[in-house]
Amino acid sequence: MKPRTDSRQFKTISRRELLKLTPVVLGAFAIPRLQKPLLKAGLGFSDWASARLFRSGHLAPTFADSDLTPFANFPINDYDVDDPGVDFEKWTLTVAGSVQRPGDYTLAQIRALPKVTQNTRHVCVEGWDVIGRFGGVRLSDFLKTIGAAPTARFVTVECADDYYESLDMATAMHPQSLLCYEMYDEPLTREHGAPLRLSIPTKIGYKQAKYLTDLKVSHVLPKVGYWEDQGYSEFYGL
Amino acid sequence: MAIRMIAIEDMKTGEITEAVYEHPLVVRLCHWLNAISLFVMVGSGFQIFRAFPSFGAKIPQKDLLNWPKAFALGGWLGGALQWHLTFMWIYIATGLVYVGYQVFSGNYKQVLFVRRDLPGAWPMVRHYFFFGPKPPVRESYNPLQKHAYTSTIALGVLSVLTGLAVWKPVQFSWLAWMMGGFHWARLWHFLIMWAMLAFVFGHLVMVVLHGWNNFVSMFTGWKKDPEYPSE
Repeated sequence: MKPRTDSRQFKTISRRELLKLTPVVLGAFAIPRLQKPLLKAGLGFSDWASARLFRSGHLAPTFADSDLTPFANFPINDYDVDDPGVDFEKWTLTVAGSVQRPGDYTLAQIRALPKVTQNTRHVCVEGWDVIGRFGGVRLSDFLKTIGAAPTARFVTVECADDYYESLDMATAMHPQSLLCYEMYDEPLTREHGAPLRLSIPTKIGYKQAKYLTDLKVSHVLPKVGYWEDQGYSEFYGL
Repeated sequence: MAIRMIAIEDMKTGEITEAVYEHPLVVRLCHWLNAISLFVMVGSGFQIFRAFPSFGAKIPQKDLLNWPKAFALGGWLGGALQWHLTFMWIYIATGLVYVGYQVFSGNYKQVLFVRRDLPGAWPMVRHYFFFGPKPPVRESYNPLQKHAYTSTIALGVLSVLTGLAVWKPVQFSWLAWMMGGFHWARLWHFLIMWAMLAFVFGHLVMVVLHGWNNFVSMFTGWKKDPEYPSE
């Protein structure tokens, strides 16, 4: 077959050459002024998708005692100091916000709630993970105790070392989300967040705030968390 | 599949060259979007890896390699995660559009590696790697090319699945379990990236070897002077 000569198609080719500009246009991602909103939108979309993927009834895997990372090999991560010098005698958890019973709660009051112990995975945003044994009370039980407003959307915590974090209400109500006062069947050590920390197996490591001092139930989030406010994912559900 | 062949007449010299329409617009767009997103995913992936360049325990930590910052994208872990979590959606979307288009248009027939391509694969390997004779060119893609393009789609799917298992080891705990656990999922994700880079390397070598007309066809869709006959 002899191909036919087609000058119209030839012109089309020239026009199609314009498509060479496509990668140049896409290379515009590299321009800082365009890059920031793009990455903000991308991270926001990922957080939105993460919240959709979260299932209240889906439990994080739990592990046998033989799978536990030895306590000595459980990393101690802080943003500031290992031991912010909490005075255990005077310590209380100060509850505020959209709750019926605000005020200062002692560790004894918190420990009076049903105890849960679970072996779960702690995943750090850096990429490593350990399996630890965590004991405490369900955050959902505590929220019932303080009479958290059913319409509230967030639980925020503040820490003795000025660290701060927040959780969406669905995650806070998850049956494995703990106000944790024990690790490896022993009271929390100071480096691991004594006297009270969060253990949220459905969230990334930086959400597991230590040395809690304040807990607030709220409808809006003025700030999200220490790392989140520097550009890390706000939801980061596992 | 019918090959669309035209002849191009040079307006000045009157010289006539043949051209064939090889790459539909959707394929070209997906190709370049994918090239960009793959570049970003690999670059930011290396920056993320720098935060914990190991596949073992955190304590004691044994680093696998100290990847140079110059070959990483994002500047810091948080920045790299922003790039990774943004471009993964572009990467997934282009993959879905590409595969969807190929299937529904029937265009996949020119590139999908099937059983009848099997006998032709070895002669191509001999030609490329061991100076064997060049097998006759009958289609746009030779059997080895089809094998490469088909397996890179499989690698793309695996890169997304292993990535999901690392990003969401609780919601997709079954995925992580299928890969041998969280640690293995992270290692697979890493290894699949290297397999992908091996493909990209081979692909670029071939682009250089096959010259300008072939390269331009991924922009215009048309390949001038194709090697294979018009019938």
